[in-house]
Amino acid sequence: MSGNVLFDAPGPRTIARHRVYTVLTLLALAGIIGFFAWRLQVTGQLEYEKWEVFLTPSYVEVILQGLLDTLQMAFGAIVLAIVFGLVFGIGKVSEHAWLRWPSWVVVEFFRAVPVLMLMIFSFYLFAIGNGPLSPMWCVIIALTCYNGAVLAEVFRAGINAVPRGQVEAAYALGMRKTQVMVQIQLPQAVKIMLPALISQCIVALKDTSLGAYILAPGLTYVYDQISQEFKNQVPAALVIASIYIVVNLLLTALATWAQKRYVGEKAAPLEVAATGFDDGRGTL
Amino acid sequence: MEAVFSNFDEYLKAFGVTLGLFVVSGIGSLVLGLFLASLRVGPVAIMRRAAALYVIIFRNTPLLMIFIFMAAAMPKLGYNFKWVEDIEIAGWSVSAFFVRSTLALTLYTSAFVCEAFRSGVNSVDLGQAEAARAVGLTFAQSMRYVVLPQALRAVVPPLTSVQVALIKNTSVAAAFGMAEATATMRAFTNNNADERIQIFLLFALGYIILVEIVALSSYVLERKWKVA
Repeated sequence: MSGNVLFDAPGPRTIARHRVYTVLTLLALAGIIGFFAWRLQVTGQLEYEKWEVFLTPSYVEVILQGLLDTLQMAFGAIVLAIVFGLVFGIGKVSEHAWLRWPSWVVVEFFRAVPVLMLMIFSFYLFAIGNGPLSPMWCVIIALTCYNGAVLAEVFRAGINAVPRGQVEAAYALGMRKTQVMVQIQLPQAVKIMLPALISQCIVALKDTSLGAYILAPGLTYVYDQISQEFKNQVPAALVIASIYIVVNLLLTALATWAQKRYVGEKAAPLEVAATGFDDGRGTL
Repeated sequence: MEAVFSNFDEYLKAFGVTLGLFVVSGIGSLVLGLFLASLRVGPVAIMRRAAALYVIIFRNTPLLMIFIFMAAAMPKLGYNFKWVEDIEIAGWSVSAFFVRSTLALTLYTSAFVCEAFRSGVNSVDLGQAEAARAVGLTFAQSMRYVVLPQALRAVVPPLTSVQVALIKNTSVAAAFGMAEATATMRAFTNNNADERIQIFLLFALGYIILVEIVALSSYVLERKWKVA
């Protein structure tokens, strides 16, 4: 439902009223921004020396390295999560109960447990002391489990979204179950799932920041180091958060483009979490 | 197992803190999110844009960065929320950590709540609003009597997802001095490294129970509000 059915085309009095609202909103926004700027000024956060580090080439390099680590972790986790999701997603739609139920348990478990807890657990399991893996891998493992479980749901919904007639036609041609899945259902499901997959990348990217808690590298870890060295918490938080926002907006643009290109504008995006009880776990 | 069951009151207390964070920031995010959503579907362009900007900023920032902003940057701006510790109501007072954590969680979650409400309003059939306008209801009336009651039904599943995610997101407060479930799990594991798997599973079970309670109550609501 587009917004403009909710109200008539405004008449002269309404237009005047809306003008008042517009001015009031602008004043409120200006007030918020002004207040923030004033606090920044009063507490000396706008001094050049607090921002200088973000213009120093060697530190910019450190930040870029952090960004690279973050992207690597997110990318690695998503690639592994796709494998994880594929295995358990197909497991969930399997005709064999002995495959379906364990897949269900694994997926539900990892969707209900906080990512940070998974990270801490894998840190204690694999990395603490002279453990075999670096904290970075613990982050990847935790993110793989969580995002893989979410993607399993996405895959399941995507496979179910392929019209039933496609499968029936394939069986009628004499294809076997594996053939139907690999050659008919999955290729079409991937097309439907692509936007959901890319938005899951954003989730993974945001969650890599939690790795700072187990001392894994990444942008948030860089923030910790810079703010400890220069005591410039406010500028550092603003700069690092902006980098996250820009990267995520680029990913969102990619998802929108993929939606238009491969799914079509009219088709609703695949809503995995929107089917009530069984699928009530979020994708934040 | 031993490590948890011999300190079971600590385990319960930890999940009490988790629950407290969830309830306070859950209510806060519903209020703020509803307000933002009403700006986003309203007729004034600048309000729509302002709410959209809020959603873009807070949805694309990692929750940890918002926590950092509340815990590390706000004190630098002169707001450490220490004053709340002086307020005591009937022997209860909250820590500054709690206030900062709930603020961060509320700010973050309300962006998602806003989107959930907006998608709910958008899911109401166009003809409903047209009919409401046709019988002469004003914007506020058609919202209140026609659109919102229907949107409320459509909004339950996505809102549940958001609140379930909030339960799990309260774990981030562990990094900022809250002795909630995840932080307590870490402490338990530190003291009993050989029981780490059991400890993890028991704490995971706690989260699963909380998540299932929310999911189940939303399921009940959905069933109850379903149009026959």
